[in-house]
Amino acid sequence: MNVHLLYPDRDFDRLPAALSLTPHRGWDNRAPLWSQEDAVRQDLELDTLFHAMACGDRFLYYAAQEAILSGLQNDAATIQYRQAVLQDCLRQPAIVKSMYDIAVEVIENKNRQWWGVTGRSPGSLLYSSVQLLTLFTDALGKLRRIADEHATAFASEGFTTLLAMLRAELSDDYLATIQTRLKELKFSHGVFMSASLGPGNQSADFVLRQPAGRKPWLARVFGRRSPAYSFRLDPRDEAGARALGELRDRGINLVANAAAQSADHILSFFVMLRAELAFYLGCVNLRRELERRAVPVCFPVPAPPGACRHSCVGLRDVCLALSMDQPVVGNDLAADGKKLVVITGANKGGKSTFLRAVGLAQLMMQAGMFVAAESFTADLCRSLFTHYKREEDTTMKSGKFDEELKRMSDIVEALTPDALLLFNESFAATNEREGSEIARQIVRALLETRVKIFFVTHQYSFAHGLNGDKTDRILFLRAERQPDGTRTYKLLPGEPLETSFGADLYEKIFGHNAVPMSRPTAHE
Amino acid sequence: MQTAATNVSPDSLPAASTRPPVRFHSILFDDSVTGMGDAVAMPEFFRDLNLDQVVDAITAGRDEYNLKPFFYRALSNRALIEYRQAVMRDLDNEALFQSVKSFSARMRTMRTHLTAAKERYYQYEREAWFLEAVMVYGEAVESLLADWEQHPPQSRGLREFRAYLAAQADSPGFREPVEQARRVRAQLASIRYGLLLRGDSVTVTHYDDRPDYSAVVEETFAKFKQGAPTDYRTKFPAYSSLDHIGAQILDRVALLHPDVFRALDEFCANHQDFLDPTIAAFDREIQFYVAWREYAARFSHAGLPFCYPRVSDTSKEERCRDSFDLALAGKLIREGAAVVGNDFALTGPERIAVVTGPNQGGKTTFARMVGQLHFLANLGLPVPGTEAQLFLCDRILTHFEREENLDHHRGKLEDDLLRVREMLAEATPNSLLIINEIFSSTTLRDAVLLSRKIVERIAALDTLCVCVTFLDELAALNEKTVSFVAGVVPDQPTLRTYKIERRPADGLAYAHALAEKHRLTYTQLKERLGT
Repeated sequence: MNVHLLYPDRDFDRLPAALSLTPHRGWDNRAPLWSQEDAVRQDLELDTLFHAMACGDRFLYYAAQEAILSGLQNDAATIQYRQAVLQDCLRQPAIVKSMYDIAVEVIENKNRQWWGVTGRSPGSLLYSSVQLLTLFTDALGKLRRIADEHATAFASEGFTTLLAMLRAELSDDYLATIQTRLKELKFSHGVFMSASLGPGNQSADFVLRQPAGRKPWLARVFGRRSPAYSFRLDPRDEAGARALGELRDRGINLVANAAAQSADHILSFFVMLRAELAFYLGCVNLRRELERRAVPVCFPVPAPPGACRHSCVGLRDVCLALSMDQPVVGNDLAADGKKLVVITGANKGGKSTFLRAVGLAQLMMQAGMFVAAESFTADLCRSLFTHYKREEDTTMKSGKFDEELKRMSDIVEALTPDALLLFNESFAATNEREGSEIARQIVRALLETRVKIFFVTHQYSFAHGLNGDKTDRILFLRAERQPDGTRTYKLLPGEPLETSFGADLYEKIFGHNAVPMSRPTAHE
Repeated sequence: MQTAATNVSPDSLPAASTRPPVRFHSILFDDSVTGMGDAVAMPEFFRDLNLDQVVDAITAGRDEYNLKPFFYRALSNRALIEYRQAVMRDLDNEALFQSVKSFSARMRTMRTHLTAAKERYYQYEREAWFLEAVMVYGEAVESLLADWEQHPPQSRGLREFRAYLAAQADSPGFREPVEQARRVRAQLASIRYGLLLRGDSVTVTHYDDRPDYSAVVEETFAKFKQGAPTDYRTKFPAYSSLDHIGAQILDRVALLHPDVFRALDEFCANHQDFLDPTIAAFDREIQFYVAWREYAARFSHAGLPFCYPRVSDTSKEERCRDSFDLALAGKLIREGAAVVGNDFALTGPERIAVVTGPNQGGKTTFARMVGQLHFLANLGLPVPGTEAQLFLCDRILTHFEREENLDHHRGKLEDDLLRVREMLAEATPNSLLIINEIFSSTTLRDAVLLSRKIVERIAALDTLCVCVTFLDELAALNEKTVSFVAGVVPDQPTLRTYKIERRPADGLAYAHALAEKHRLTYTQLKERLGT
């Protein structure tokens, strides 16, 4: 039995089972999915997104994190599969939530009688397993009833398959068979096994045989004519009692193992159900938040890798939108056929916000989510890298430039075809001539491979120098500044200008009136 | 070294009361040697040549065979050496070697079973182990013969043993117990019974076919199966011996199958003396070769060569290529370090190899190596190296520096001289002397004088000798001495090559190299002083 709500043909395996069982214990030793994951996470402020999806639930947080970070490997079919499932969830949040609650309840009940895995005798292992299986069978019955009642409320392939499977596999007959087994496994009429003579004429090859039911044992098992020789343990014979107990344990060793493994398997179904529904519940939470803030969302249209598509209307930075109480400005982009988008223009003009919006939309699209835009299409990338200036001030220290180049080298090391690279004020930790020249050489070399680059820079000589290259593959965007100096946070196509607008900002912040203002934090 | 620890150990079996039609003497000695089981003490030179370590390593884990006396007894006889070399060459054939290994493994199992057959408490358990021992013995003999059908041995020793074994395998003394054991064993193995455990009662009965209930449970939940499941099975140790519950069950199984258990009783009563003492002796003696081959394999795996030496009891010309000290090489291999091979040769009138050169340069190792080569050759074993021609010496005598022995109330020089005198008294023209750093505690003048005298005596005796010394003067004493020098890396004189080369002693070249390193040669000093 499979859940398969994230992939049509496989489980969502990014969350360790131990985490699904005990999310409150947190997740140590998580290995990043790719070498630059931490940088991307930091630069795109992904934690803000994950928290919005989690709504305070730690497990939803992990589910969002893993589904989004692992999304870069999804193909278009998987993305469309998830989009359909997500649409079902957005339509039927209450039913989805009730299924999720059943999984959580089973897991929490199970935790209450958690057993230590090792050092248990077969007898006590069997006892616990029967208890658990009883609990699980009850929950499976509940799921079956939900499937019966709401089968028609879902349209996606993912949900219809799951519900149909629950109805087919968990028939009344089958649930009754399970009840019979659970009763038999109490062995109230004794343990009957076959054996043969092993080395040293020791009894060996114990095989537990099916219990006979209600009829008296001897008559039924042995028949009338079979001779049978019995002996009874002396009540004071403690060593004998131990030996007999061990013999019984040897007899039920395999069946206890089978029962415990079955309990594990059913549990792992609930664990998977929890993990996969958690991602979609996170999406439901996010949509609710964005709706409240009047941020438009749409299901994006993925294009094949390398198709060089990138166009959108009203693209917003989700993380900014989630942290602001006022509406945020959307930006349009028409970069189909472009491999490099260079963004220049006024400081605090929305360049970084736009860069982040591009990265977030890419990740969300590839995870099968909606994006914060009125429309969005882009080719799928296979890896995503961010190369951001790490601190605001640009000193001339060679150590810092060295660090930047090292990070760049690490990226090159990890680079795959169809990568998306987001540069933000990179290679500016040295004088402009050197920085520009290095940046230009790096970008030129990268452009001759299968990558797409968004590059925010204030280095005129870098941006301008690129102008001499094949400009039909390059799109220049400029952060707009109105004649009166105010910013619209709109990016419009435009060649780089030689002057930046730092003076404006300085003027605005320190102004004519000598009262220092606190720095605005909204757009950078 | 005949110990009476247990009468199932292979070296202490009772002599056969009746001779089988074909006789076999020993795989270690041809029938010219008698009294080969005599206790032999470790030879004196063992410690000096580190052969005690070598033999410890060879025999490690094989205490039950008591192999060390075989290594203490030099053959000094070309025919015997060739008898053993031929057996060893047979065992170089991997298939043949494995056939012997399997045989030994089975014989070892047999002895374990026989011990159980003596020591266990319940009769039917003891009888089961005895039966098992006879079964394994039968397999051991038959498998070895079958293997040799495929890979017939060529050596005289193994061919003769094969003939003996084949005659044995056809004799009623072998066939009867083995075949009967198989019949009883098959009957026991076919017994199936049912056990019902309910509360404090146990019922033993015939068993009717019912489904395996574990499979039924597994099947019920099969649809949830995924991934590799956790294994919850308790790992029960194999029952070590029958407890009283097991014994009571067994007694009731016997009641269900009285005929089978009666046959078992009779079998055990009738075949206590199934084991042939000659086969048991072979099992012990062949371990001499097995032990050596497995020991040598660790060197072969490290790329170090072995060869069969040509031994002569007339010519004292010697020649060895790419040889090495086994004790040191074993240590280096364990540490993952490289082993340096060395050549050794004496031609024409040369008898005395004088080894000089820097400390820690491998001189003593070289001397030990030469001693070990002669020792191994004399046991009929292969020796380290790609080629070896060796004189068959009658004894090996060593003189290595000792801690001062205060009990004897005499000086070290005196002690040295006394020991040398004893050694020379024992030496014959056919001996091998290994002398390491003689007279190092005295003045240079005395050392040169005394050493010269000793070497002249040895030369007069015409005995083979390796002499490690710091005295260059000994290297070109007369026509019987030949000089070997421990090498250094020319540019970095503090680095040793551990190569011992046959060339004139050149302490000066070493000094020159050191001077260069410190820029103190004439030319360098001229330059540095700017004159």
